[in-house]
Amino acid sequence: MTQGDAALLDVNRLSLDFGSPRGRVHALRDVTVSVPKGRIVGVVGESGCGKSTLAFAIIRLLAGNAEVTGGEIVFEGQNLLDLNARQMRALRGQRMSMIFQDPMTALNPIRTIEQQMVDIQYRAPGGQAGKRRHAAEALDRVGIPDPESRLQAYPHQFSGGMRQRICIAMALLVEPALLLADEPTTALDATLEVQIIDLLKDLQRDIGCSVLFVSHHLGTVAELCDDVVVMYAGEVVERGSVRDIFNNPGHPYTQALLQCDPGRIRERTRHLPTIPGNVPNLLGMPRGCIFKDRCPHVFDRCRHERPAHHAIATDGHTASCHLLDQTAEAPA
Amino acid sequence: MWLYLVRRLFLAVAIVVLAVTLLFVMIHAVPGDPAAIILGPRATPELKAALHAKMGLDDPLPVQILTFFADVVRGDMGTDVFTQRPVSRIVLGQLPFTITLILTSIAWAALVAIPLGCYSAIRRNTMIDKVTGVLSVGTIAIPSFVMALYALLIFAVLLKWLPAIGAGQGGLWDAIRHLILPALAVGIGWVGYISRIVRASMLEILGENHVRMARAFGLPERRIVFRYALPLAILPTVTVLGVGMAHLLSAAVFAEVVFARPGIGGLIVTAVNTRNYPIVMGTVLVTTGLFVISTTIADLVNAMLDPRVRESL
Amino acid sequence: MTTAETVHDTGESEGVRGPGALRQYWQQLRQDHLGMLGLLLVVLMVGSAILADVVAPYEATKVMVGPRLAPPSWDHWLGTDHLGRDVLSRVIMGGRVALMVAMAALGAALSLGLLLGLIAGFGPQWLDNGMLLIFDAVRAFPVIIFALAVVTLLGPSLSTVIFVVAVTSIPIYARVVRTQTQSLKNNEFILAERAMGAGTPRILGVHILPNVIGPLLILASMDVPLVITLEAGLSFLGMGVRPPTPSWGTILNDGYNYIRNSPWPVVAGGIPIILTTLGFTFLGEALRDIFDPKLRKDL
Repeated sequence: MTQGDAALLDVNRLSLDFGSPRGRVHALRDVTVSVPKGRIVGVVGESGCGKSTLAFAIIRLLAGNAEVTGGEIVFEGQNLLDLNARQMRALRGQRMSMIFQDPMTALNPIRTIEQQMVDIQYRAPGGQAGKRRHAAEALDRVGIPDPESRLQAYPHQFSGGMRQRICIAMALLVEPALLLADEPTTALDATLEVQIIDLLKDLQRDIGCSVLFVSHHLGTVAELCDDVVVMYAGEVVERGSVRDIFNNPGHPYTQALLQCDPGRIRERTRHLPTIPGNVPNLLGMPRGCIFKDRCPHVFDRCRHERPAHHAIATDGHTASCHLLDQTAEAPA
Repeated sequence: MWLYLVRRLFLAVAIVVLAVTLLFVMIHAVPGDPAAIILGPRATPELKAALHAKMGLDDPLPVQILTFFADVVRGDMGTDVFTQRPVSRIVLGQLPFTITLILTSIAWAALVAIPLGCYSAIRRNTMIDKVTGVLSVGTIAIPSFVMALYALLIFAVLLKWLPAIGAGQGGLWDAIRHLILPALAVGIGWVGYISRIVRASMLEILGENHVRMARAFGLPERRIVFRYALPLAILPTVTVLGVGMAHLLSAAVFAEVVFARPGIGGLIVTAVNTRNYPIVMGTVLVTTGLFVISTTIADLVNAMLDPRVRESL
Repeated sequence: MTTAETVHDTGESEGVRGPGALRQYWQQLRQDHLGMLGLLLVVLMVGSAILADVVAPYEATKVMVGPRLAPPSWDHWLGTDHLGRDVLSRVIMGGRVALMVAMAALGAALSLGLLLGLIAGFGPQWLDNGMLLIFDAVRAFPVIIFALAVVTLLGPSLSTVIFVVAVTSIPIYARVVRTQTQSLKNNEFILAERAMGAGTPRILGVHILPNVIGPLLILASMDVPLVITLEAGLSFLGMGVRPPTPSWGTILNDGYNYIRNSPWPVVAGGIPIILTTLGFTFLGEALRDIFDPKLRKDL
């Protein structure tokens, strides 16, 4: 993730609030993420850290009580936040598409797969028959057996894994420049997860699109992604290549996250490690470092001053922690 | 499908049997001789004995009930105490008026309410939505017979726009003119009720994942509303309408009395006032049957609209 | 001002009980304009029913206190009926009748519904199934047809109305209680209690009843309009309250017969029904939104 790469998507210092009866929830604060052309960027973090919010903010499908308070989302050279509803709609299902977390509810229950897959091609030229053939091909490509006859079926006649394959087929049918995947494997069991990840990888290579892959599962991210962004409580705490993040985590939160991943625990142990404490309440603006309450290395500066991103050894690998400031003496 | 129909039929028979048995038991539980109650002050020992014999009142209760159903199966619902005409012919003669009234009421109510509820959901929290919300609670709460009386007072008595009484005899146009006020009174509460249900389920569905997915593909909002959301949002309404047959019948009874319209309602009220017991029994039977039929139709319509229901039938 | 601040402070901890919670509920109700309007109407209706003897300007059943079928005047605010009775006094006394019927019928329906619901919820499967079938059969029946059938047998009277209302409402309450009981029955804390040797009466009394009674009371308050409507409807058909006792239904019936001579009794008999049903509905909806938003949203 070097500066020289032409980025397809640049989210710059995006801040976003949700209005709630109990006050404003600062769901995203100064979030900066870059997705270069043709690469897969993973966004990881605990549930509630704002990673899905980020994906929905990019495609601008957040609930009505969400309000962007700062920053920009630059996609193919234009700031999405400046677009009106019609311009935004023109991008959706053309230049960008999305895969949702729960395949069981993502498809309309009373329309056939064919109707739904033809519907999303409504802007494409050509007749019904061509669109139908397109849909069947897409189903074939994601490994749905007998796609021609399965087109007539309704979503409830498919299993969860099959439905997610259909969703992927739909998302890639429109050949987007950017695919947003919001925890597409969380609702599936482990063997299916592997299949879906392999499928995504293959299809991404074929189409050459960029992917923003949101997940709380480190293993999946390591498997699939080129770059990783670690989010905590609405902030990006660390970013870098997969290799950097997993081999040389800079932020105490990333380190803790890696320690908690059962797949990475080396020694035999009687209990799974956890990060003590809870994600802070995002109602008020906290002072200092967002992770200070749970951080094992917390010191005085963390309580007063919000850390800036500091570069770590490799190019493009940064983390927001005061500890790095001391050791690396890097400019803020 | 066939299993469903068999189950439905079984339930229908169960409800009808239960209702009629309940009535029979209650007749017996009531102190005094049913024949005396039916005949009222006209009762002489001879008349009573004759009626006993005719109605089989001397038989044990289970035998009476069985006889009644055996007769009903053969199409015999007994005879009118006064005119000696067959009850089945009297009841079936009045039924078309009531069905016309109910269907007209529900049709106009649904035609107004579904777009209204849909619009309220899409334009949530606008002035129109809020006004619709308050009005629908209001129209639901106001009893239909008060509506009927006020409609009669305003449009028939004071403004003299529409006829007050009867079902009309002068052809279709006259029949329609006589139908307007009763249908207005019976249907208006349903406008509020249906629009509320449609609004609520529309709001729920517009927030569902698959709608978000359709939006993520940039589908036009119009197509999302009409092809993705509305067909789903109508499903609960269909069920409610089927079950609502009971309420509709109640409202129709009052409308028929207020507007002196022929129909089941007028029939049963007169029958109750004159203690014309066989007629009461026959009306109860027919209305219960109507209810069962309407819920079945609602289920079938739902199955037509929703493939998931279709498979579970 | 000070109350608002204290409420705001306690608002931090959720699920608070006691006077603080009550005050918070009151605060929530005050936000709901329709709910407050409903409360006002209900208080007015109940108040005038209780104080009917004091408030009513004339004796409700006394004939010829004025001219027949007179329009509203300074002496008779709502005019007089065909027997020269004061309609306002009859409306006020009619409210008392309506309220009495509602309380008696709903009280009976509540207690019996509670009992049957607990039996269905706690009893064996076959009993539950059988009772559900009966509940559904009763509910499936058009109330008015049932009422008319009962009137044929028992004759028209106040107690018949109460009986009909009670019988037709029991299944609604029983169903709610049954569902709640069944979901609570297998709840972990109840299973734990059982494991510790608590008997069925203790579980019912300590755990199930308090959980069931709240939704039941809200349902009942929302059913008051139905009961009042039914009483008025039956009385309108001449099958409820017997003359000369005033009821909103009989006022309407008397007025209906003379509607071409004078519209006033019909207007006067309908308005209290409308206001009362609206009042209880608005109040009931507001209470439901505050206490139990999941409860019967559609009906």
